[in-house]
Amino acid sequence: MSTETKPEIDIDRSVGDFRYEMDYAYDAGVGLTEATIDYISDVKGDPDWVRTFRKEGYRKFLEKPMPTNWATKDLENIVFENIRYYLAQGQQPKRSWDEVPDDIKKTFERLGIPEQERKFLAGVEAQFDSEAAYSNIKAAVGEQGVIFVGSTEGLKEYPEIFKKWFGKVIPSGDNKFSALNSAVFSGGSFIYVPPGVKVKHPLQAYFRINAQNFGQFERTLIIADEGAEVMYMEGCTAPKFETSTLHSAVVELVAMKGAKIQYITVQNWSSNVFNLVTKRGLAHEDAEIKWIDCNIGSRLTMKYPGVVMKGKGARGEVVSIALAGDGQHQDTGAKMIHAADNTTSNIVSKSISLGSGRATYRGMVHVPKHLKGCKNNTECDALLINTHSRTDTYPAISVRGQGNAVQHEASVSQISAEQIFYMQQRGLSEGAAMSLAVNGFVNDLVQQFPMEYSVELKRLIDLEMEGSVG
Amino acid sequence: MSASSLSICDLHASIGGKPILRGLTLDIPKGEIHAIMGKNGAGKSTLAKIIAGHPDYTVTSGDVLLDGESILGLEPDVRARLGLFLAFQYPMEIPGVTIANFIRAALQARLPQGEELEATEYYAKLYAKMDALSVPRNFTSRSVNEGFSGGEKKRCEILQMAMLEPSYAVLDETDSGLDIDALKIVSAGVNALRGPNIGMLVITHYQRLLDYIVPDKVHVMSEGRIIHSGDKDLALKLEADGYDWVEKQFGESGSKAA
Repeated sequence: MSTETKPEIDIDRSVGDFRYEMDYAYDAGVGLTEATIDYISDVKGDPDWVRTFRKEGYRKFLEKPMPTNWATKDLENIVFENIRYYLAQGQQPKRSWDEVPDDIKKTFERLGIPEQERKFLAGVEAQFDSEAAYSNIKAAVGEQGVIFVGSTEGLKEYPEIFKKWFGKVIPSGDNKFSALNSAVFSGGSFIYVPPGVKVKHPLQAYFRINAQNFGQFERTLIIADEGAEVMYMEGCTAPKFETSTLHSAVVELVAMKGAKIQYITVQNWSSNVFNLVTKRGLAHEDAEIKWIDCNIGSRLTMKYPGVVMKGKGARGEVVSIALAGDGQHQDTGAKMIHAADNTTSNIVSKSISLGSGRATYRGMVHVPKHLKGCKNNTECDALLINTHSRTDTYPAISVRGQGNAVQHEASVSQISAEQIFYMQQRGLSEGAAMSLAVNGFVNDLVQQFPMEYSVELKRLIDLEMEGSVG
Repeated sequence: MSASSLSICDLHASIGGKPILRGLTLDIPKGEIHAIMGKNGAGKSTLAKIIAGHPDYTVTSGDVLLDGESILGLEPDVRARLGLFLAFQYPMEIPGVTIANFIRAALQARLPQGEELEATEYYAKLYAKMDALSVPRNFTSRSVNEGFSGGEKKRCEILQMAMLEPSYAVLDETDSGLDIDALKIVSAGVNALRGPNIGMLVITHYQRLLDYIVPDKVHVMSEGRIIHSGDKDLALKLEADGYDWVEKQFGESGSKAA
């Protein structure tokens, strides 16, 4: 494990790197105490059970040590006392962009969110620091009984569904950061899709950090009832600050019998963000949960989306692309917990390390002894661009019992000087040649993204590569 | 030496301090096809790479001129955009990048900033060139050279050449690894590109290729220099009698003895 401090880096991430000055009506101040939690609960008008849940989370957060026994020591550079845990202009998201305050609206307009909503989305939630500024669902989708609101509205308006699953897939004490999120969570989405309803177009959330020394702790809960289908996409950006920013989300998915959930992330955090996210789905009988995860940017990302296959015939899949730029560490992977017969999981992970960037893959596949007919396939491929780039793989596979099959393939490759020369001979600059080779490396995965996102992804990779060749 | 030519003037080059080219001079005017023949190790492929600007080689003296302008200080991609093409002896694989996207990116790189290649026209042209080279249409969606047979790789090189329309092309052992049918197809492709607007340098070990791509001039390379030049009959004589006589008569050791 490396202990060196990270050098400041400056990669062109012009799309997200801007910021408008803001006045916040609600500010929990700097640092975290029980009073901070009470402030958040008061401002949000939490029911008592939520206040208790938060306090319990806080206690567990204090108890749990930093996971530096296995993870990077860079975590120790997070100064929890310097972080602001809640910043908002108001609590009620607007249903129309016209009502969103101008200073927030222009941020999302610049990021292209209202335009995307018009073009291809079934619903959008746009979170600005701690609270959603905008949340809306297309009338036709709402009429099918689909619920798509923020977490605060979800727990207040739909307590019977919300309480049943909230904190059940990921208990608050799962890890130090899920505990922290449980203590101070705000924002994120609550989605419920009724039985048999197949939402045709994706629902999208956009998470924007605008403030310095800030922590964003959204909490998302998605429930697809029997036979329902939904695709959810999230995008994230932040401007580049001198000081570090913390993003620590918890995302829980529940797919009931025969349901399908696809959760797509395209993250493009600036290089000062610690991105420590816990994501897990619970798949009942014949249900399918698929995480498509693209991690670009951030200073350190630790994220291992998981699927607990609880019902017979359930399927779990994680498709992930990580791009570790100079000075960045992408510590990503997947967790597949087989808990019923004939469950199938698939992990495909591709990482690219540029300059001093480091990509780590951690995969956990667990099949207990009493199960039959379980299958896992794991492929993880790493591409190193420079000689001092780094990649590590930590597979943890425990498969017991008869008739269970596991396949694991890993590869590390480098773009050779001869490949670059070949492409340059055709007229491509060195940077363009690198970009093309990297895009080729992830091409089969990028094709699994919806078109609008794959174009964005290609553009982000091109930008990142431009900064990497002299 | 004309302003409309690829000129190599008294070129000396080395790799890791070891001299490879030792005073090579050659002038390929537009509209002509020249062939370089020579034994293995004569430096033929090295010459091709040095013209294209491979970073492993150091030019110690001499010059390479494209239409009268030196290209030695230029990056390989700049040379390419000036109209230089190299058909590789061993084309590289680029996993995940389709041929269609690769050629498109190469053409796009030749356009001024902000200008987009017109997709419909591009595909029309690509398909026409593919048909002419008997390249199946499903090739466009295959990754560049990945899992290709030797013949497919060489056809793919000629397809790229046809699409990029260079003013000078160096074909490095394009015949190696080809059976007779593939050789005919590739040669027909090269011949179709032949004309007043392109000068070609064909590097080969065997005379066989020159039955199909008939050169205007044939040069014999030995120990990093051109030691003898002639017309297409020289190739036939080399095929029949081997290289020893020409090296003895014109080569370094031969001249010393004389």
